Amino acid sequence: MITTASHACRYGYYPGCSLMATNRAYDISTRSVARELEIELVELDDWNCCGATAYLPVREKRAFVLSARNLALAEQNGRELATVCNACYVVLRKTNKYMAEDAHLRDDIRQALQAGGMDYSGSVRVRHFLEILVNDVGEASIRSRVQRNMSGWKVACYCGCQLSRPFDDLDHPEYPRLMERLVEWLGAAVVPFPLAAKCCGGMAMTTHPETGQVLTGKILKVAGQRGAGCVATACPLCQINLEAYQDKVGRAVGARCAIPVLYFTQLMGIAFGMPPVELALSDNLTSLEPLLGEKVTS
Amino acid sequence: MPTALAKELCDEFLDDVYALPHGEKLKQCLQCGTCSASCPSSAAMEFGPREIIASLRAGMLDRVLNAQTVWLCVSCYSCTVRCPAGIPLTDVMYELKRLEVDKGLAKDATGETMAHAFAETVDRYGRNAETTLLRKYFLRTNPLHALAQIPLAIRLFVRGRLEIFPRKIKGLDSLHKMLAAIEENGRR
Repeated sequence: MITTASHACRYGYYPGCSLMATNRAYDISTRSVARELEIELVELDDWNCCGATAYLPVREKRAFVLSARNLALAEQNGRELATVCNACYVVLRKTNKYMAEDAHLRDDIRQALQAGGMDYSGSVRVRHFLEILVNDVGEASIRSRVQRNMSGWKVACYCGCQLSRPFDDLDHPEYPRLMERLVEWLGAAVVPFPLAAKCCGGMAMTTHPETGQVLTGKILKVAGQRGAGCVATACPLCQINLEAYQDKVGRAVGARCAIPVLYFTQLMGIAFGMPPVELALSDNLTSLEPLLGEKVTS
Repeated sequence: MPTALAKELCDEFLDDVYALPHGEKLKQCLQCGTCSASCPSSAAMEFGPREIIASLRAGMLDRVLNAQTVWLCVSCYSCTVRCPAGIPLTDVMYELKRLEVDKGLAKDATGETMAHAFAETVDRYGRNAETTLLRKYFLRTNPLHALAQIPLAIRLFVRGRLEIFPRKIKGLDSLHKMLAAIEENGRR
C-alpha cells in the first residue's frame, strides 16, 4: 500500500533528558533524518523532565504537573508534539488523557500551572516520531530517500513496551508493526521477532539486575536465533540496556548475545546514505563497522 | 503491623485505587491470573499481581507490603492491556509504591531509593541528570556496586556520553511554584 505524502511538516519536539547526554545519538540522528525528510522539529523552549516512570512512585500529581508543563509549552507553539522516547511518550500521553477524563485532576493541575504563570487547555496531541514517519510522512516519501542498498541487512525491530502499551490505538499492543513497515521501506530484511514489544527491564537493570539481565538477555538471544544481524530500537533506555551489558546478560541467559544495536533513526540515516557523523554512529557501544563495511569515526 | 491498623490502611488504600481513572474496575477482578501470567518479572516476585488483588480484597494489605513484589513491576503495561476486566493494574502498582513511600513501609530498598533519587534530581534541576542520579543511588544502596559500573562509565565517557555537570532549566522557580501548588492537594 502506498501512502501519499501529504503531511504537516512542523511538529513541536520534546527530546527528553536522556537524549541530552547518554543517548544524544538518538537526538542527533532524529534531527538529521527529520531534516532529510523536510520535517521541521521545533524543540520546546526550556522543557523539563516528563517525570518518566520513576517519579510516579513518589507523587502522581507532581509527576503529572511535570508533564503538563511540557504540554503547556507545546500548546504555545502548535498542537502536535513529537517525542522519540517511549517513556516520555507514555507519560505525556497519559497526563493528557487523565487530564481530559478527570475534571478534578485537570483543575488541580491547571491551578498548579497557573501558580507558575502557565496554563494548558488540553489541545496538544502527543505523538511518537516513529508513528509520525509511518503515518504522516509515509512510504513513498521514505522510499524515495533511500540511497544505499540495504538488502543485506537483517533487522530485528524492537519497539519496547511503552510504544504500543498502554496506548494501543496506533499499533498492536503485543505485535507492533510500525517499525517493521518502516524498515521494509528502507529495503532491509525484517526478521520475524515475536519479542518486539516485550520489556527490556527498564530501570530494573539497575535496581534489580538479576531480573533486568534475564529480560534484556532474552531479547538479544532471540534476535540472534532468528538470524538478525542487528537490533533496531525506538527507546533510549532500551538502547542502553541492549547495547551496554551484552556480556553480563549473555551469561544470565546462557547464550551469546553479541549483536549490534542501533536506533531506528540511525538505521534510516544509513539507508539514506547519510555520513556516520550526522547519525553519531561512533556513540554506539556495539560496533556497526562489520555491517557498514567501513570505519566509523567521530 | 497490627492487623486492625492494616485493615484500616487497606480500606483507605482501596479508596485511593477506586479514585484512579478506571480504578473502580478492581472490584470486577475475576482472579483469572492473566496479569500474573503476562508479567515479565512475576518469576522474581514472591507472588504476582493476581494474588495482590486477592490480598487487597481480603483486607490483607500487610501481606502485600511484606512481600518482594511491588517494586519489581517494570511498568510495561502487559497486564493492563490484557486484563479482561479492564483493571489499570500498572496504575495500581504505582499506587502501592506510593503508599509504601508515603508511609515509609518499603521493604525493597533499591526500587524506592531509585525513585526518591530520581524525584530529588528532577526537583533540583528540572531535568534528570543520569550521572547525578546514579551517584546518589549507589551511595545510598551499595557503593561497592558503583565500582562495577566504572568500566561502563569509561566506555560512555570516552564517547562523550556522560554529563558530568547537570544543567538547571531556566524556569526552575516557576516549576517549583507549580510543584508547591499541587502538593497542597493531597497524597496522590
